Amino acid sequence: MNFPRRHALGEALSETLSTSLTLLLFSVVCAGLLAGTYLATRPTIERSELEAKMRLVTQALPAGSFDNDPVRDAQPLPADPLLGLRHPGLAYVAASQGKPTAVVLEAVAPDGYAGEIKLLIGILADGSIAGVRVTSHKETPGLGDYIDIAKNDWIKLFTGKSAQNPAAEGWRVRKDGGQFDYLAGATVTPRAVVKAVHKALNYFEAHRQQLLRLPEPKPKETP
Amino acid sequence: MTSTATREIIVNGLWKQNPALVQLLGLCPLLAISNNVVNALSLGLATTLVMVLSNVSVALVRNFIPQEIRIPVFVLIIAALVTVVQLAMNAWVHPLYLVLGVFIPLITTNCIVLARVEAFASKRSTAESVLDGTMMGLGLTAVLVTLGALREFFGKGTLLSDIDLALGPEAKAWVLHLIPDYQGFLLAALPPGAFIGLGILIALHNWIQRQPKRA
Repeated sequence: MNFPRRHALGEALSETLSTSLTLLLFSVVCAGLLAGTYLATRPTIERSELEAKMRLVTQALPAGSFDNDPVRDAQPLPADPLLGLRHPGLAYVAASQGKPTAVVLEAVAPDGYAGEIKLLIGILADGSIAGVRVTSHKETPGLGDYIDIAKNDWIKLFTGKSAQNPAAEGWRVRKDGGQFDYLAGATVTPRAVVKAVHKALNYFEAHRQQLLRLPEPKPKETP
Repeated sequence: MTSTATREIIVNGLWKQNPALVQLLGLCPLLAISNNVVNALSLGLATTLVMVLSNVSVALVRNFIPQEIRIPVFVLIIAALVTVVQLAMNAWVHPLYLVLGVFIPLITTNCIVLARVEAFASKRSTAESVLDGTMMGLGLTAVLVTLGALREFFGKGTLLSDIDLALGPEAKAWVLHLIPDYQGFLLAALPPGAFIGLGILIALHNWIQRQPKRA
């Protein structure tokens, strides 16, 4: 006697099923599209990221101060809290005639306005900064993104500074009583960068010997 | 597609139903990125591209989408397309990708994209949907660029600054310094300037709309 009811139930069930399958089908097609695009674009993206990194490493060092390939002569950096690294990074060693002259440290400012700010910090053998560059950040465009050399020269403020120059209390933005100017609209961003650079300098002071060393010579062809 | 329908779609997108001035949709990126002409134009064109693609995709499959789950499917399609555009820009127009940064994924959340898919592409032919996506996108781009130009001019006294980021260092010479030794007007460059500027543009649009009736 309950035949019509069962029929309605069956209809509802099959409609649910076909709706779910449609949604599943769309998800699979979209996922396939994304996977295909990812695979097609990955080599180009990786290459341009590597090129950008090499350009920034070079910019963090004084022009003509080295004759080696710092990216090839890189050595591993531990995930040290002073560097803000959550995973081991790299230290790019610059050398002139086989003598290390500077090192470019990878470091992270974990407390940017919108997540991590990745930095390259070039430090000369005497402990002073040769240059700092931001390699990736998610700061607000037009407000916090002046830390990027492409937008503003602000990052050049660090050049010539060292762990003792200025003293620890000077390593803050001007608003917090320190020495570093910032642009209106964003203080969280420069505050995070100043702190990260200062901590990286302290790391350099503590590990100077290990950092200013070329890796064991690899077997290579003589020119 | 008749010529009246075509004309109506064009007029609606660019003027009568302008997304930024009348529908007031997609204001989040509009307000955030309109601080100079180059940013505004780049994001406007990227959004237009996504709108055309999403309108086409939805118009093509509109008869296969059950009514109850159309919104999740639309969102899925839009999100997938935005990610494809983002990856493609990262790979092939890398400098431009660096300028637009976080705003590309945010195109997904731009209400105007979903609004056009739901209100237009899910009911009309593919050809009409392409035209609608293009015109709505260009309407949005036009307002973005106008607002960007206003804010850049009053905020920094320049036009087309940062164009070298999109077109390479040789384009640096194109930057127009319209007011020499301008001190800058911070309000225009900061977010309140975007709200005030958009308010002025909306008022202007309303005023022009009412003109013929008075005459």
